[in-house]
Amino acid sequence: MVNLPQEALALYQKMLYIRMFEERVAFLFTRGLIHGTAHFYVGQEAVAVGVCSALQKDDFVTSTHRGHGHALAKGLHPGRFLAELQGKKDGFCSGRAGTQHTISFADHFLANGVTGGAAVTGTGIALAFKMQKKEQVVVSFIGDGAMNEGHFHEALNLAAIWKLPIIYVCENNLYAMSTHTKETMIVQELYQRAASYGLETFGVDGNDVLAIQQQIKTIIGGVRGGNGPVFLECKTYRQSGHSKNDQRVYRTREEEEEWKQKDPILRLAHILQQTFHYDESELHKVQAEISGQIEEAVQFAESSLFPMKETVHDHVFA
Amino acid sequence: MRTISYLEAIREAIIEEMKRDPAVFFMGEDIAAYGGAFGVSKGLLQLFGPERVRNTPMSEAAITGVAAGAAIAGMRPIVEIMFMDFITLAMDQLLNHATQYRYTSNGQIKVPFVLRTPSGGGRGYGSTHSKSLEPLLQGIPGLKIVAPSTAYDAKGLLKAAIRDDNPIIFIENKLLYSKVSEVPEEEYTIHLGQATIVREGSALTLVSYGRMLQESVEVVTQLGAAVEIIDLRTLRPIDIALITASVKKTGKVLIVEEGFKTGGLAAEIVAQIVERCFDYLDAPIKRLASEDIPIPCTPILEQEVLPNKSKIMKAIRELL
Repeated sequence: MVNLPQEALALYQKMLYIRMFEERVAFLFTRGLIHGTAHFYVGQEAVAVGVCSALQKDDFVTSTHRGHGHALAKGLHPGRFLAELQGKKDGFCSGRAGTQHTISFADHFLANGVTGGAAVTGTGIALAFKMQKKEQVVVSFIGDGAMNEGHFHEALNLAAIWKLPIIYVCENNLYAMSTHTKETMIVQELYQRAASYGLETFGVDGNDVLAIQQQIKTIIGGVRGGNGPVFLECKTYRQSGHSKNDQRVYRTREEEEEWKQKDPILRLAHILQQTFHYDESELHKVQAEISGQIEEAVQFAESSLFPMKETVHDHVFA
Repeated sequence: MRTISYLEAIREAIIEEMKRDPAVFFMGEDIAAYGGAFGVSKGLLQLFGPERVRNTPMSEAAITGVAAGAAIAGMRPIVEIMFMDFITLAMDQLLNHATQYRYTSNGQIKVPFVLRTPSGGGRGYGSTHSKSLEPLLQGIPGLKIVAPSTAYDAKGLLKAAIRDDNPIIFIENKLLYSKVSEVPEEEYTIHLGQATIVREGSALTLVSYGRMLQESVEVVTQLGAAVEIIDLRTLRPIDIALITASVKKTGKVLIVEEGFKTGGLAAEIVAQIVERCFDYLDAPIKRLASEDIPIPCTPILEQEVLPNKSKIMKAIRELL
């Protein structure tokens, strides 16, 4: 368990930051200031924050189409990240990558919008780390949808036989876009499916940031030390629709309400108050600070220019 | 000068580059103790050990995607896809991942790896082990494609490809593996993106690559005709400058390829010629390619589908 109240408060701050950042992103969409699409992370913040809290700065993270939380938890500059979402030149990829494909190599972060695809890239990065005898590990976030993609299973098997330093973190939010896992697989415990490849697997409550952090802290030393890959399933729920235009006709409002009661941020707020004796005003203070920080990020992104159209041909080839 | 086979030239290139640069490693199916389905990597395991000569499961998507990931993190993988027909299993990792990362990252990363694969028919292997899928790969931004026709070119181009900082598909026609030609002992590389004139002529420009290039050379030699033969060597990007210069001289064009005709490489070359030097053409451009038919096993039918010497001869005669 986390012993220090400040550590728990820091996790709270990071989760709430992601939540409020995305609320701002949603608002910017309604104002027409972000073009394209977005897949929100609302309800899953505990996973990114819990996992990334146990990583070293030079550990690598690969992410998915639903990657805002992963990026911010990995420590990407929020202003530059927002600029990327807005297609601005101060974005990490000068607006070329957008919400689903952001890469910040300096931050050891790479996302790809193909289901399970970046986890294959992550497996290759882990192979390089092993061959170069580095102590870095890779965390590849995937969703339940990737559990039915062939390339992901190939990569999982390869990581197992080669004992690669990688942790696959599967955020099982029950829905691959609109389709419930009950429609797409017989075995509902995803860590059991992964276990068939002969690697260590765990399942954890994905809305319990302290449990996730604890779990990662327990396993990461072994992965770093060459014991081979680990698969961690975090059971959670996507409170938002799949993407910004999803009317959520495939599930009930009652089900959504049930999961809102288990909201990871509310849950940690409760623990902070009950176990660590923070009072409400202290939590409000955190929220007010985040508001200010997000304002800075918004200002940064807003003041950034769009890339020059003449740059369109740059970097097709190295 | 000494002579070695196309296969030996490829093996030499791999060995030399692995000795030169510790970041280069090799992986694929049955490439270690077995030495690869066609024997290209025989002896590599003994030379470099299992860390750098990695046998993989039958997992083309993972092999390709993992190569891209390792390349991003500083390695220079060479991978072998046992038959070009199986490249479809790796397609997503090629076109949605490996070839996109550099551009979408705005140049933050590079993805240097070479995917070697044997292509082509003529051995009676049937529809899943005989195809030349170059056309399928033409429309992938960020990808380079190389297809040598001689042992000399195979060695020089492969060494250049391994040193290049981009994802590259290196196509080796199976029937060329045993073909012997002069290859110097001294080190050399050949620039990617440069075609070459293998025979000068004034009456017709014949553009080809790989095995069909060699078939064409034999036919033209036999005919003694004034045909200028261009070996593309690199299929992406196409060296259109060399082709148009020749077309302006000859006024007639025949393009010979082993891939399927519809949407083939020739279609792209024709379009570029027409865009650049339409006024110089004295006759309609002719294309010779495989028929749009799955490649059958039995030799009598397979020969009907693939281009061959007699079809090339007929096409040249029609144009001259």
